[in-house]
Amino acid sequence: MTAEDTHRAIDAVWRMESARLIAGIARIVRDVGLAEDLAQDALVAALEQWPGSGIPRNPGAWLMATAKHRAIDLVRRNVRLEQRRDALGRAFAERQDLTAADIEAIENHVGEHDVGDDLLRLIFTACHPVLRPEARVALTLRLLGGLTTAEIARAFLVPEPTVAQRMVRAKRTLAEAGVPYEVPDRGELGARLASVLEVIYLVFNEGYAATSGDDWMRPALCEDALRLGRILAELMPGEPEVHGLVALMEIQASRIRARTGPSGEPILLLDQNRARWDHLLIGRGLAALARAEALGGAHGPYALQAALAACHARARTPEDTDWERIVALYDALAAVAPSPVVALNRAVAVGMAFGPAAGLEAVDALAGERSLRSYHLLPGVRGDLLAKLGRFEDARAEFERAASMTGNAREREVLLARARAGGAA
Amino acid sequence: MRFMVMVKENDESEAGVLPDAQIFEEMNRFNEEMVKAGVMLAGEGLHPSSKGARIRFDGDTRTVIDGPFAETKELIAGFWLIQVKSREEAIEWVKRAPFGGGVELEIRQVFETEDFGDALSPEVRESETRLRAQVEAQQRQGQ
Repeated sequence: MTAEDTHRAIDAVWRMESARLIAGIARIVRDVGLAEDLAQDALVAALEQWPGSGIPRNPGAWLMATAKHRAIDLVRRNVRLEQRRDALGRAFAERQDLTAADIEAIENHVGEHDVGDDLLRLIFTACHPVLRPEARVALTLRLLGGLTTAEIARAFLVPEPTVAQRMVRAKRTLAEAGVPYEVPDRGELGARLASVLEVIYLVFNEGYAATSGDDWMRPALCEDALRLGRILAELMPGEPEVHGLVALMEIQASRIRARTGPSGEPILLLDQNRARWDHLLIGRGLAALARAEALGGAHGPYALQAALAACHARARTPEDTDWERIVALYDALAAVAPSPVVALNRAVAVGMAFGPAAGLEAVDALAGERSLRSYHLLPGVRGDLLAKLGRFEDARAEFERAASMTGNAREREVLLARARAGGAA
Repeated sequence: MRFMVMVKENDESEAGVLPDAQIFEEMNRFNEEMVKAGVMLAGEGLHPSSKGARIRFDGDTRTVIDGPFAETKELIAGFWLIQVKSREEAIEWVKRAPFGGGVELEIRQVFETEDFGDALSPEVRESETRLRAQVEAQQRQGQ
């Protein structure tokens, strides 16, 4: 094996082991920043030694042992410093909280305790609501996803120093807020879990929004999010919304290959070539949805969105789509997570299920919605329904209105083209 | 990236001999590890080739040949589909599979959307750069 080969293999090992490693150390030192530093130290040691000695049989254990030794060294140094500064008392900072008692704890900390529990603590801490969403995303991708700062920066199209700063500030915020390094208890779990799911879905959507011209790290975010979601589903198998989110991501990801045309233009769901849908992922998504429903979680927001995606996934052709079921699902979604966008999508579904006149009625019921006033999709939907009713002049006016409201050049062109065609598709 | 991991047959699997309870358990645990890590997409065992068939194409002719087939070592006993970030990661996972002596596993990358471009070369190049940068940064800090 060349040095290059070994480095790539170490890279792979790091991706497989780093989250558990950081989580395991964090359990001991109770500080996420310190845990990450110690884990990095272990990685450096591996990079120095493994090219010569070969990759150990159990790389995770090797890294953990190395990190623990460093932790003990650190504690010993702090303990000595503390003794020297006796008269001044102890400064309050996480690092100096470690004592001789902790050395014993570290030394006695042996192998196979609950790795799952460690990972959960890490996930919940990285996604703590006291942190801003972009900070949670950066921390989660770094500590749990094994991405480097540079990779995160590329994936989110921000400068690397910005990401680095976000993480530094995030760790400081966690320390200053005195966030206890624990899995939240029953009472808090709902809200805290929602924060975790939000982070994972944010990452997924960032990847999903990427186009083929982008840096390949961006669409790879979908894989990162899916992996994190699947891991969480195994760590918390009793939580239906986790399965709901995984189901939603698996099914959305199943369409990635069908979403863009040869010149990178987006293809709408109803126009996609369904032979290009990934049926392995659809199967996985449907299975995850079934798990959510079996746990009584059919009406959670993610489960409902997944069920909507599943309606399309199950239809062999667009004509086979169960639009009435889609309307019912949007009704349910509007009850738990109402939004004008949900209402508009529901109106589209009503049009498909019960005819354009019914659809138009549903859309017009939204006319007063302030939040939809500058939403260009509304006149677009209206135009589409008017055209189906043969009201071509009215349709043209709506498409022109929609075109004037969108900031996206390509979309504007599509809408203007429909206006020119007298509203015809 | 996706990889197909193929477990090659040996004489026992071809003879239809099921693995003993301990091996089953180790295999289950290994499968679970991959599921828990979020990398397992699919995995199945295959019946021995005696139950299988081959279909040979020659112009318009189709010839069906029933198993068993002779070259045991080239036959497949089972497969996994895994989702990983690199060929090296696939290899590291497979190394952890609970097989004993004389067994061979083969990994092959699955073709995916061209949108991702040639994912191998830039990624490999970046891993190298990243690792070197990390080591340098750490060494500087250590001083």
